[in-house]
Amino acid sequence: MMPIGHYLILSLALLLIGAAGVITRRNVIIVLMSIELILNAVNINLVAFSRYYGDVAGQVFALFIIADAAAEAAVGLGIMIAFFRNRETVLADEMDLLKW
Amino acid sequence: MLDSIVFYFFASIAVISAMLMITRRNAIHSAVFLITTLLSTAGIFLQLRAEFLFIAQIILYVGGIMVLFIFVIMLVRLDVPLPQIRSPLRQRIAVFVAVIVFAEAAYIVWKAHAMQGQGILIPTAAPADKLPPNTEDLARSLFGMYLLPFEIASVLLLVAMIGAVVMAKKRTNTP
Amino acid sequence: MLQGALAFVQAWWVELLCAVLIVLVVPLIAGYIVLVERKVMADMQARLGPMRVGPHGLLQPIADALKLLIKEDLIPDDADKFIFWFAPVLSMTAALTSMGAVAFGPWFQVARDINIGLLFVVGISALGPFGIVLGGWASNNHYSIIGAIRSTAQLISYETTAGFALVSGFLLAGTLKVSGIVQAQLTDQVWYVFLAPVGFFTYLIASIAETNRAPFDLPEAESELVAGYMTEYSGFRWSLYFLAEYANMIVVGAVGTTLFLGGWLRPFPNVQWMGWVDALPGVLLGAVGVYCVVRAGKQPAQVQALFMWAVAAACFAVALIFALAAPVGNAPLKFMYAGLYGAFWFLLKVSAYIYIFMWLRFTLPRFRFDQLMRLGWHILIPLALVNVVGVGIGLAIQSALGWNHWMGLLAMLPTTLGTIVVGMLLIRWNDKHAAAASAPIATDGTRVEDSYAG
Repeated sequence: MMPIGHYLILSLALLLIGAAGVITRRNVIIVLMSIELILNAVNINLVAFSRYYGDVAGQVFALFIIADAAAEAAVGLGIMIAFFRNRETVLADEMDLLKW
Repeated sequence: MLDSIVFYFFASIAVISAMLMITRRNAIHSAVFLITTLLSTAGIFLQLRAEFLFIAQIILYVGGIMVLFIFVIMLVRLDVPLPQIRSPLRQRIAVFVAVIVFAEAAYIVWKAHAMQGQGILIPTAAPADKLPPNTEDLARSLFGMYLLPFEIASVLLLVAMIGAVVMAKKRTNTP
Repeated sequence: MLQGALAFVQAWWVELLCAVLIVLVVPLIAGYIVLVERKVMADMQARLGPMRVGPHGLLQPIADALKLLIKEDLIPDDADKFIFWFAPVLSMTAALTSMGAVAFGPWFQVARDINIGLLFVVGISALGPFGIVLGGWASNNHYSIIGAIRSTAQLISYETTAGFALVSGFLLAGTLKVSGIVQAQLTDQVWYVFLAPVGFFTYLIASIAETNRAPFDLPEAESELVAGYMTEYSGFRWSLYFLAEYANMIVVGAVGTTLFLGGWLRPFPNVQWMGWVDALPGVLLGAVGVYCVVRAGKQPAQVQALFMWAVAAACFAVALIFALAAPVGNAPLKFMYAGLYGAFWFLLKVSAYIYIFMWLRFTLPRFRFDQLMRLGWHILIPLALVNVVGVGIGLAIQSALGWNHWMGLLAMLPTTLGTIVVGMLLIRWNDKHAAAASAPIATDGTRVEDSYAG
């Protein structure tokens, strides 16, 4: 049986890669995809602990996170579609209407 | 031993696909690499004997959310590679911070294995053939102790569905 | 000897062997299903079908495969090379991987006794639409992308219906494990198609739409969109898509058979005096062998006669193995009875299911795309939902009154009738609104009265 540290380090790596994606990319849809990656990293962490403590609550929580991610992706992409219809752009740098 | 091989296989695919995902210029390529990352994450769930979560990840995340992403990318006509205005300072800061945080936390986890009993508690897992059947266990928990969050999640999904439809609807000039 | 048989099945390499067999044999079987389809199409159109290549056209799939392999591999100029390569691979991988949890008989299953069983099959085949939409997009061709988007929209719409129909079956079985589902049908002594017929027929229709078969085959309609998302694919890449479609047909047939038609059980498995049904496999194969022997004398060429003799010999050999494995007295291969006969009955039922697919293809005209979406979302999803509720109520009645086995049919009857009534009401409501909703809008904003619409 593998030590749990392996799963924790994997989850951390994916989370940091997702965070780097959110910070670095201009394209809002790729930012949304990086957020999905962060949520996945958290899921790996939860399921690893659920296995190692023998409590299925971790997997239940992970299931709720998946449902939540679906809802968030749907609404976020709906917003992006509405914005694109008005402004013809999806780049975060060009969404500067509120800038003073 | 087979456990380790499977874990390293899926873990390496996950990390490499994730790194490729955030660096592609073409959004469809990023989406494809996110699909491979999600599939490897599902593989890790399977290796952790969380079978229902494995298939839930594939049906919901890969079969649902990623199809939505790909449709939206095609709708927004992002499927052509855009020229990236490089902001090397931002990229370097992001990489630097990520590496530092990773090194720090990985060191803590590694040291915790060395000094058992102090620092972070390191649990040991039950052997795989003594686990209860996963779907039944999950269902018992979901419809027992966690019934209220389950119902709230369904209301959340309903609200999100309505919200997404309203946001994406075309405003036609109907009175 | 029984211990030896069970130990044989539980050896670590059996599952690997099953996986290798699936990857090697399924493309060949898919090729022969194409031949069967052409012959059935010909029969329904009062002609003969492929007759030239091999006796009765039996070598036609081999010729087709050779032709596809030696064709030039064209990639359109502006196509995205990575995704153009990746999309058919993804389609084929999804189709073959989903066969991992399908149990062709009690012995043949790659993911043996996996806890999620049939949900694994359903979930992995949800990866199929990706191959389609990415392939259509990568072709850099308007027809391809229109076909791809239409096809993916159709597939994800009917996935929901298929899922709900399967849920009603899972409610009856009480488990997701494949062996558990068949065992439940054995203990309940009735196939679940009789307890939840609305579920079975909803799954049948949804699975026809899932595999892009007629009458739901607008995305690949040969007369309308060239070939839809497969337009720019030629040679081996196209054959991957094609084989993925036929492999998907086998997979949905297997899921429907396992959950609704009793899986690998013979008809009336618990009735002792119906044991003579067990003689059917051997008798059937013997009859095919005899037919081949009779026709071998009438073949025009020597090599064709030789081929018929070879087919006859193969049929007789397999019939002999079946006879030796019969569950009577001290038959030498008796330990193989469960695996062998189970596989035969399973394949027979899956073939019947696929024959229904072919029958519908050559009988019904194609659905228009908006009619297709209307059918999926307005009629089938509400019907499947009502069916799940109905099966639940029926199960509650069954357990409250203690009616088991054949009496369960009586418990399920009221809710089944209720669901059928709801279905008919939905169809009537849809007919009233469809003609109005799908009529084109004239220049002054009113809808054109079109009696052919809907």
